[in-house]
Amino acid sequence: MIEIKHLRKSFGEGDKRVVVLDDFNAEMEKGQITSIIGGSGSGKSTVLKHLIGAYTPDSGEIWIDGEEVSLLQGEAANGVRKKFGIMFQSGALFNSLTVEDNVALPMREHTELNESTIQIMVKMKLEMVGLRGAEHLKPAQLSGGMIKRIALARAIALDPKIVFYDEPSAGLDPISIGVIDKLIIDLSRKMGITSVVVTHEIPSAMRISDKIIMLFKGKIVASGSPEEIRNSDDPRVQQFIQGSPDGPIPFSKSLTNYGDELKNMSHI
Amino acid sequence: MSIELKLEHLAENTVTVSVNGDIDMSSSTKVRDILAPLFKENNKAIIVDLSGVSYIDSSGIATLVEGLQWSHSSQNKFRLVSLTPGVKDVFEIARLLTVFEVFDTKEQALVE
Repeated sequence: MIEIKHLRKSFGEGDKRVVVLDDFNAEMEKGQITSIIGGSGSGKSTVLKHLIGAYTPDSGEIWIDGEEVSLLQGEAANGVRKKFGIMFQSGALFNSLTVEDNVALPMREHTELNESTIQIMVKMKLEMVGLRGAEHLKPAQLSGGMIKRIALARAIALDPKIVFYDEPSAGLDPISIGVIDKLIIDLSRKMGITSVVVTHEIPSAMRISDKIIMLFKGKIVASGSPEEIRNSDDPRVQQFIQGSPDGPIPFSKSLTNYGDELKNMSHI
Repeated sequence: MSIELKLEHLAENTVTVSVNGDIDMSSSTKVRDILAPLFKENNKAIIVDLSGVSYIDSSGIATLVEGLQWSHSSQNKFRLVSLTPGVKDVFEIARLLTVFEVFDTKEQALVE
C-alpha cells in the first residue's frame, strides 16, 4: 500500500514562488487502481514524480509498504525503486534497440539471470501485452499504441508489485486506449499489482479505476469511486469531466490582472 | 527468503529436485544450475517438487520453461509436482500450465 501524507511542494523563489502541491493526502490500496486526474498544471505529474523519487517534498511523507521513502537516497532508494515499474508517457523506448532488447534491458541491468532465461521472460512479457512476434522490430517500426504496449512490457519486466502509469493513453486512438485500459485492469486484477495512473482521459479513468483523485491547483477537490466522482456536486469536478470551457476552472492561468499588467508595461 | 534445493536419485534413472523457498530473480539461477546438468546425465525422468514454493515469479517460470526445452532436446521426461495455489496462479496467468506435465503428487508423477 502507498500512503501519502501532507505532501507539499513549491517551485520558484520569493514572489515568483508557486505552490504546486498543497497538503496532498492519499492512500493507494494494494492491488487496486488509483487514478489521479486534473488539468494541465494541476499537480498530478508532480505527485507521480514524488512517488518515483524524482522530487523531494518540501514537507510531508510518502510511505510504500510501511517504509517512509521520500528522503531515501543511494542504495536504500534503489531498493524501493525495484518494487515498482514505470510506464512513461512517451514510452521512453531506446530507438536504437529492438523491442526484445528494450524489454530485456532491466533484466540485464538488474539481475544475474542467464541470457536464455531472459529471452524466455521477454517472450512471456510480450505475450502478456499481445505483441509476441514483435521481438526484432525497432521502435520506429511500431505504432503509437504498440510503443505504449512495449513500454508496459518493459515496466513489468522485473515483476514489480507497483506500476506507475504516466498518461498511458495520451495521443492514442479509442481502440488503442481500450487495449491499454484492459492491460492495466488485467495486470492489477490477475497479478495483484498496485496501479497508480496519472491521466486526463476521463472515460479511461472511469473505466479502470477503483478510486479517482481529482486535483485542481495542487489541491484535492474530489476523491472517491468513479460513481462518486460522476455524481459529485462540485462544479469544478463536473466542468472537468464534461470538458466544458466555461465554469469555475478558468480559461486563463495568469495570476495577475490583464489590464494592470498591460498598464505596467508603459515604462518599456 | 533463501532457497533450498534437494536432489534425490531414485530407481529407474529418475531424479527428483525438491525446492524449498521462493523462486525469484535472485534464486532462479540456483534452480537453473541444479537442473541443467541433469539433462546431460542418463536420467529417464526429472521431477521437480514445488510443494515448498509459495511464490514464483516470471524468472522462475522461465527457468522451468528452459527445463522443458532441455527435456525436449534430450528426450527426458520433465514433470512438475505439488504446485501450491499461489504458484499455480502464476502458471495460469502466464498461460503455461497446460504446457507442462503437472501432477498433484510425486507418487502420481512416478507411476505414469
